[in-house]
Amino acid sequence: MPKVTYIEHNGTEHAVEVPVGLSVMRGAVDNNVPGIDADCGGECACATCHVFVDPAWEARTGTPSEQEASMLSFAATKQDNSRLSCQIEMTAALDGLVVRMPEAQH
Amino acid sequence: MNAPVNLEDHEALAFSLPLDKIDPSRPELFRDDTVHPYFRRLRRDAPVHYTAESEYGPFWSVTKYKDIMTVEVNHKAFSSSSQFGGITIRDRAKELELPMFIAMDPPKHDIQRQAVQPIVAPGNLAKMEGIIRERVCTILDGLPRGEEFNWVDKVSIELTVQMLATLFDFPQEDRRLLSHWSDCATALPMPGGLIENEEQREAKFREMAAYFINLWNQRVNAEPAPDLISMMAHAPATRNMPPREFMGNLVLLIVGGNDTTRNSISGGVWFFSQNPGEYAKLKANPALVDSAVPEIIRYQTPLSHMRRTAVADFELNGQKIREGDKVIMWYLSGNRDEEAIEEPERFIIDRARPRQHLSFGFGIHRCVGNRLAEMQLKILWEEILKRDLKIEVLGPPQRVMSPFVHGITHLPVKLAA
Ligand code: HEM
Ligand code: FES
Repeated sequence: MPKVTYIEHNGTEHAVEVPVGLSVMRGAVDNNVPGIDADCGGECACATCHVFVDPAWEARTGTPSEQEASMLSFAATKQDNSRLSCQIEMTAALDGLVVRMPEAQH
Repeated sequence: MNAPVNLEDHEALAFSLPLDKIDPSRPELFRDDTVHPYFRRLRRDAPVHYTAESEYGPFWSVTKYKDIMTVEVNHKAFSSSSQFGGITIRDRAKELELPMFIAMDPPKHDIQRQAVQPIVAPGNLAKMEGIIRERVCTILDGLPRGEEFNWVDKVSIELTVQMLATLFDFPQEDRRLLSHWSDCATALPMPGGLIENEEQREAKFREMAAYFINLWNQRVNAEPAPDLISMMAHAPATRNMPPREFMGNLVLLIVGGNDTTRNSISGGVWFFSQNPGEYAKLKANPALVDSAVPEIIRYQTPLSHMRRTAVADFELNGQKIREGDKVIMWYLSGNRDEEAIEEPERFIIDRARPRQHLSFGFGIHRCVGNRLAEMQLKILWEEILKRDLKIEVLGPPQRVMSPFVHGITHLPVKLAA
């Protein structure tokens, strides 16, 4: 199963196996990785699953949809590599993905 | 519809009326807390339902969690704009309104929200936490013991207003003006009411504008400080806002944060009094306050609905909504949807996913203040627990007569001496 490394804002790392087809958000929530709130449950409607994609992986995780981009645009902590993790679907090609969490979800 | 008196009669009526005769917007159903059977019927038999005639004209009711989510995320088909009547079931005359981004569509909505949202982001809120906690402590320690009082007035309103005054660094001696203005902004105009017509409402807005422009002028010329007005006066994104837009945003922060938070404070006390087992859980494990707070907000649902206007034809769960139709997302119903939330009728403070509720809306208009509201409630319950306050509720709450603000006006309580 492909692995994702989630890095909390304080630096704590969590390496988790995430089944292909599930979202990167699900991988965190189902494994109780702190730092991803996911209030809307993956509908791209709350922006509390915000992560920073490690630069090495940006090309493979793709670009946000219009809806995702507007939700992200409200996040105070937004950076160029910001994504909503519920909108990144796990594939075999993402094995080894590294994402970091912002200071807080809002 | 006839006027049944108790909940059983409403239950019977709700399930026997022809569907086209059901009107869940009637204000007395909210005052009497008897609206739930009608929503239950609609969720079962007509989840997207049309009321042809009501006090507010014709409207669609969306009552299921997932259908509400669909409306929320399709903001291109469902407009919030005041141009079409705004965000509540009651149409408002647009020329009287201050511009507020809650009642705007993209792109203007997005630009204004981008300017305001960082101000209430968790990092900034943390700076205000200490002083809010101090105020909470002072209020709780000053409450009368061993005698009946109205929790809504002495705690919910007082606390909400003090917290707002703190957030804006608004003169504490004038703080009740904040709740007064907010009440005026949301009141139904009626003879003998708080406001009798829209002109009076506009006059109140002007009074408030004058007061705030004065505060803005003071802050813009002073060193940056950690209050919302100073932050807005100094932040690059907001400091050049035209005055009316700045005003609109301030009013939005005041109204948005006022009776919603107030009613969550009152609701929490009522729910714990009806569910002593849940309170016992919280006392035994105060860390549960983190999940208890969102559950209070779900269970109360401080705004019963938000309204949209269709600006394109849209098929929603089998119903054809036409351009121009008024669409009501009944959060109060979606938050009790058994297909989305387990045992939704029960108040359970340790749910696994307590934030999956509709009270803050979803999508681009999702409540900007949601983490702030949670922080306020969290501080309150932490301090109640620390003091082991024994709050005895002496009678049922009296409720607001409105299909929009879902609130409590009176809750008689007594604290153990
Ligand atoms: C428990 C307390 C609260 C509840 C239940 C609540 C609920 C809501 C709801 C339902 C919406 C509209 C969502 C939509 O149209 O889809 C909203 C928007 C908003 N709320 Fe709150 N609110 C609360 C507290 C606050 C506080 C404390 C503030 C002040 C900072 C605030 C500021 C706002 C603003 C500015 C918007 C407009 C967002 C937009 O249109 O983009 N709210 N709130
Ligand atoms: S979980 Fe809500 S936007 Fe991703």
